[in-house]
Amino acid sequence: MSRERLLGAVVLLALGLVPLAAHLMGEPFTITLATRAAILALAAVGLNIALGLGGLVSLGHATFFGIGGYAMGILASHVQNYEPMFEWPVLFEGSTSMPVIWLVAVLASALVALLIGLLALRTSGVYFIMITLAFGQMFYFFSISWSRYGGEDGMSIYVRNGFPGLNTLDPIQFFGLCYAVLCLVLLGAHLLARSPFGLALGAARQSPDRVQAVGLDPKRLRLVGFVISGAITGLAGALFADLNRFVSPTMFSWQTSGEIMVFIILGGVGRLFGPVVGAAVFVMLEHWLGDMSEYWHIWLGVLLLAVVLFARGGLVGLIAGRERAHD
Amino acid sequence: MTPILIAEQVLNGLQSGVMLFLMAAGLTLIFGVMGLINLAHGSLYMVGAFAAAATAAVTGSFLLALVAALAAAAAAGALVERLVIRRLYDRDHLDQVLATFALILIFSEGTRWIFGSFPLYLDIPEALSGPVTLPGGIQYPLYRLFIIGMGLVVAALLFWLIARTRLGIRIRAGENDREMIAALGVDIARLYTLVFALGAALAGLAGALVGAIQSVQVGMGEPVLILAFVVIVIGGIGSIEGALVGAILVGLTDTLGGIFLPQIFGLFMDPAAATQTGAALASMAIYVLMAAVLVWKPTGLFGAKS
Repeated sequence: MSRERLLGAVVLLALGLVPLAAHLMGEPFTITLATRAAILALAAVGLNIALGLGGLVSLGHATFFGIGGYAMGILASHVQNYEPMFEWPVLFEGSTSMPVIWLVAVLASALVALLIGLLALRTSGVYFIMITLAFGQMFYFFSISWSRYGGEDGMSIYVRNGFPGLNTLDPIQFFGLCYAVLCLVLLGAHLLARSPFGLALGAARQSPDRVQAVGLDPKRLRLVGFVISGAITGLAGALFADLNRFVSPTMFSWQTSGEIMVFIILGGVGRLFGPVVGAAVFVMLEHWLGDMSEYWHIWLGVLLLAVVLFARGGLVGLIAGRERAHD
Repeated sequence: MTPILIAEQVLNGLQSGVMLFLMAAGLTLIFGVMGLINLAHGSLYMVGAFAAAATAAVTGSFLLALVAALAAAAAAGALVERLVIRRLYDRDHLDQVLATFALILIFSEGTRWIFGSFPLYLDIPEALSGPVTLPGGIQYPLYRLFIIGMGLVVAALLFWLIARTRLGIRIRAGENDREMIAALGVDIARLYTLVFALGAALAGLAGALVGAIQSVQVGMGEPVLILAFVVIVIGGIGSIEGALVGAILVGLTDTLGGIFLPQIFGLFMDPAAATQTGAALASMAIYVLMAAVLVWKPTGLFGAKS
């Protein structure tokens, strides 16, 4: 087992054990923090497929995070207000069941990722960054002006949605659910990176011409990678909304896109456990520095600058060496 | 809908367009010459606005406020270039995005620390306040006309600088081949600092001019920055002409869309629904414009062929 793998296993295990300990000691707030870290890590694992594997610097992943959140908000608010979503061709009242919400969140974000990808992947480099950022902003302004679903104020969902066989209102059970999803998706991301598709996508990042020469279409590979990436981040958005029992346009904001990217960079680009390390560190910093100073974003900025300028390969790279640093 | 209303809205669109141009011109110059994507450009806009508001509060002079905005933004730009940006020229775009994102955090929270979270206000000077009557009986605020004029003058100066002066020749040469002009004895490091400070000064000027219409607050720069990105994508990266055309297009689309889309929907929907649908779609109009340009010309209207 390489040092990187070992470090990843330790961090993942710690993320699972800390809430368990907190549960036994009766500290629900720590469980909530860990749940937040797990969900944000999931969002970053999604972005890492586009960014680390595909080399697509998307600064618009808040779009998918927000769509996941609004999928939950819209479905649950109809049930909450006793207003059926549509009555034709069949009566559909909305849903408060997580599996249904997740399915809608994943499909909706995948569809939007497909549309954005079709447009944005016509370009590359800086254009791609600016275009993904701009489309994210489009959804942000759209959600603000869409007063049917809360507009600028967002929507509160008073009761957390249910999952068959679990009591999701119990913090530790909801954490377990999010943690299980994170582990499954990490496994999936690992298998994806090793699959013929993942290898081809990685090759399209390193040398598009050669990929084309062996008869594969780099654009198509990137598009599929972008869609998978968006779908995972969308799922994370649905979970995040359920954690807070609240959705608002903030989920779509460009800061959210930037933060998801920061998790990856803190951890290390293109590393399986990078997003988990990054999100965990971010949530801890947010909590501790936030307690110490109202202006903790300054210190986050300084830390981020230091990591980018001096610690290429992120924190995982610092500890585990940079054998797999991105190019 | 009267012709007067339309003319007013066109002027409003023009006004927001020329201000966007000041932002986009700096961004596109910096990208063209140094190959750097600078997310912190919005922070320099904010620095300009805060410097202007603080100076105006102390001295009461609008002219001094504009000078302070230019100076503060240029100084902040030069400082940041020396300390941070310089290390990013050889890095990939991801590192540039993250480092300049970090700069946004530092600038925004730093400004909040110094000035607090409440917005500041910058008053329009006495001589420029009040409406004027334009030909055709249009009443229009003098200050907004002043902004349009100011923007056009700066645009003309910029074109002159790029096309006619020694510095402009060096900037254009730097876009084409940096090794070659370095070999010819041009101090590249100084040229880069200068270009960055110039872009920053333009952003700071825009911030100060707009700050007198809107409030001066932390976070004011980023929405403008993202609009400026849309402008650059439409105009083509590295092209000043593209930035001008793109900025006017975006300014007009944004302003006119917000006014006319609800009215157009009002023709065949009930008023409440039309207002809602129209407003929602108007907020998306410029992005639809961007998407359309991308489908048609992926490198922008004036972009080089890739």
